[in-house]
Amino acid sequence: MTDIKDTVSRYAARFRKPERSHRELSPHLRELEAEAIHIMREVAAEFDRPVMLYSIGKDSTVMLHLAMKAFFPSRPPFPFLHIDSLWEFREMGVFRDELAAALGIEMIVHVNEEGRSRNINPFTDGSALHTQMMRTDGLLQALNAGRYDAAFGGGRRDEEKSRAKERIFSFRNTKHAWDPRNQRPELWHIFNTRIREGESIRVFPLSNWTEVDIWQYILEEQIPIVPLYLARERPVVMRDGTLIMVDDDRMPMKEGEVPELRKIRFRTLGCYPLTGAVESEAESLEDIVLEMLTARTSERAGRLIDFDEAGSMEKKKREGYF
Amino acid sequence: MADGDVSREVRERLTRAGEGGVLRFITCGSVDDGKSTLIGRLLYDSKLLFEDQIKTLERDSRKHGTTGEEIDFALLLDGLEAEREQGITIDVAYRFFNTDKRKFIVADTPGHEQYTRNMATGASTADLAIILVDARKGVLTQTRRHTYIANMMGIRHAVVAVNKMDLVGNSRSTFHQIVSDYMKVAEDLGFKSITAIPISARYGDNIFKRSDSLKWYDGPTLMEHLERVDTAADDILELPFRFPVQWVNRPNLDFRGFSGTVTAGRLAKGGQIRVAHSGKEAAVSRIVTADGDLDEAVAGEAVTLVLDREIDIARGDMLVDPKSPPEVSDQFAAEILWMTDEKMHPGRSYLLKAGCQITPASVTTLKHKLNVNTFEKEPGKSLDLNEIGVCTLSTSKLIAFDHYADQRETGSFILIDRFTNQTVAAGMIEFSLRRASNIHTYAMDVDKSRRAALKGQKPAILWFTGLSGAGKSTIANLVERKLAGNGRHTYSLDGDNIRQGLNRDLGFTDADRVENIRRIGDVAKLFVDAGLIVTCSFISPFRSERQMVREQVEAGEFIEVFVDAPIELCMQRDPKGLYAKARAGKIRNFTGLDSPYEPPEAPELHIRTADMSADEAAEKVIDELVKRGLLG
Repeated sequence: MTDIKDTVSRYAARFRKPERSHRELSPHLRELEAEAIHIMREVAAEFDRPVMLYSIGKDSTVMLHLAMKAFFPSRPPFPFLHIDSLWEFREMGVFRDELAAALGIEMIVHVNEEGRSRNINPFTDGSALHTQMMRTDGLLQALNAGRYDAAFGGGRRDEEKSRAKERIFSFRNTKHAWDPRNQRPELWHIFNTRIREGESIRVFPLSNWTEVDIWQYILEEQIPIVPLYLARERPVVMRDGTLIMVDDDRMPMKEGEVPELRKIRFRTLGCYPLTGAVESEAESLEDIVLEMLTARTSERAGRLIDFDEAGSMEKKKREGYF
Repeated sequence: MADGDVSREVRERLTRAGEGGVLRFITCGSVDDGKSTLIGRLLYDSKLLFEDQIKTLERDSRKHGTTGEEIDFALLLDGLEAEREQGITIDVAYRFFNTDKRKFIVADTPGHEQYTRNMATGASTADLAIILVDARKGVLTQTRRHTYIANMMGIRHAVVAVNKMDLVGNSRSTFHQIVSDYMKVAEDLGFKSITAIPISARYGDNIFKRSDSLKWYDGPTLMEHLERVDTAADDILELPFRFPVQWVNRPNLDFRGFSGTVTAGRLAKGGQIRVAHSGKEAAVSRIVTADGDLDEAVAGEAVTLVLDREIDIARGDMLVDPKSPPEVSDQFAAEILWMTDEKMHPGRSYLLKAGCQITPASVTTLKHKLNVNTFEKEPGKSLDLNEIGVCTLSTSKLIAFDHYADQRETGSFILIDRFTNQTVAAGMIEFSLRRASNIHTYAMDVDKSRRAALKGQKPAILWFTGLSGAGKSTIANLVERKLAGNGRHTYSLDGDNIRQGLNRDLGFTDADRVENIRRIGDVAKLFVDAGLIVTCSFISPFRSERQMVREQVEAGEFIEVFVDAPIELCMQRDPKGLYAKARAGKIRNFTGLDSPYEPPEAPELHIRTADMSADEAAEKVIDELVKRGLLG
């Protein structure tokens, strides 16, 4: 994992001493970048206590990159917040810590202590309880503790049906709940940021990006990402039709299961027991993008928590999930 | 495949995808015109659906679909559970797809009459509108409405997609009749291009592929047109430079920059800018980005400007081309689309947000309403949800703006309700009613503080609000007596001396109540200017009107006294016999009965008259004045 440290520190250097970049961004990415920067500056200017959610995934890391650009030469004028479920891939924790240290940004890591003391375990307690306690409850605890009035999230409208109708500035009541029937109309680039005490706004600067845009931007901007996105031989077991990586010794083996080495990568990152891998030969960013352009399944297909029923994401969002 | 080949193939495919930039468009049509089917078809034919999404779609089509065994593309789009069950789309949804020439962002906006606001929302960021017409039905009232709104929101390129051609036997004459009808509707509006295409969304005819059944049509397919259409025809780069300052960038004492997005025009390093409000000018010494300094910033770019000298600039200022500055004014005319259930009343105070500028504002007059079906002007006193009117507005602070027809980003605004914080209106500025440079507030030698000093007091408005019969006038009268007995200079305003004179022309509708309080507030402000302590006793049921009066005077000069009594007690007291009449149906719009009273949330003084005598209440008011140092 020393290569993470090297990559990240080379990356951080460019924000200390920018060089006139001769790389020209594609026109549509320039438009998307400028729009995201505009949104972030509005939040910094109009809210008292903004925070940026950081999940360590590719979208989050693109969002963090845009924040570094938006306020340059200042540092982003808000902290970053990671809700640690205690079941992240180990590589993710290393990446998060190295990146925060190299960029000199404030990274708050929150764990739901009740869940920690009860040893919530997705293998034995099930994905629903684990996600509810360690992600949703953990997030609400951290947002309340920080009294944050605005929270950036990396959600994209192309991800899932219920997101397609969500505003860029999405109002939440004092219980952090979303009411899809009562959204503020959002016109031009004028955002209504008015809230009362205890209410908050979730802000989605990547609303108009697609998964291909994200990868293309990572490629063109040379943004470091967690190496789990790239194909490598890793120990996995096939469970209920999904490839699960054996990331540590907390994973109980079922009868007859023997971890085997397969060349895999991840299209989305989260808790390792709940994140399915895909077999892939894509070892470089270019390979990934090529795979992307010919992909046959959507990225959420690797996310086990969405499988209950089609409306499940909307339900989770009403309850405060990002 | 060797690494070099992968890299080349990827770069080729991606670069092509980027060349045309982004085209943002909206689709609008009446219920059942096949809008959702069209967008579903665009996504499907652009090969952007994944296998798992197609599987879900097939499953949903069997469960909820209306197309039998075939795929119902509309189900791809109806995002929220409730909508899916009702089979209607109720909000704006954004969809994305790419071809190898362009990225597309589609706002899917519903066709129901009550959802004009959603269509306007989708249209506000769109460059092109696809107006769907059902070939069987032709140009309908809704078609006119959608065309009107698209035009009003500044969309300059329209596509008339005549859908369901398969159901009219792919008839050439039907198509031409519809196109000719449509041109009569749209030709006098502001569109730069109108392109008509016969399609069948369900079968994909003339969407991506040409159709054998429509051989007589030799124009572009819908996709060919969307890929090629040049919507940047009025080159935004040639417009005068505009840069609303979003955020002052101050990492340390050696750097002070102004961050924002160029909304129009271009600016080279070394170029001269003017601060629209103050008129001060400076040269731009650096154009900073995280990728290094730029030699020039152009419309659409988010940058940070450093100036060659220190001038006072904050968020809300606009840096502009000195040769072609925007209007700076506090009065202007605008088209307003009302977006909330509660009616718009002239005189009521809202927050106006235009770019990064925010200020209290009110609609002074509604000049006329616009009928979106007939395009005709109609008289009116207030605006309901989804109604459009031409209004004059007055703002508390000067704002800088352009005309919406010239510059969308700096010619638009929203109105926000001060209490619910809802976005209640979208506005498009037509023209300024007076220029700031023509306004000179004559500095009088004898001013408010001098007049007040002569009287040995600080001026203030004592605003008594509460239900009829709560005891407002009784307490106000006692307070004034006590003040006068102390040698203070006062005046009192109440229903008796205002309703019979100044406001004799007003009734008791919500709109008239708003205007009533606006005038009273103005008069009270003049008395404050004269150095007096003014007692005002009015039911004043609406928070926003009381807030409006509060904001007309300086901080500390407005003292809100909530005279609070339960309505049962007021009805029992009924000093003027009004409750009895109201209950007998002889008076309508009576506060507390059939008209609402909004109690103050944070009054300076809250008096519960059920628990104390009028004299005790008056003493409490005097104590409050002493505590606030108003009596010298």
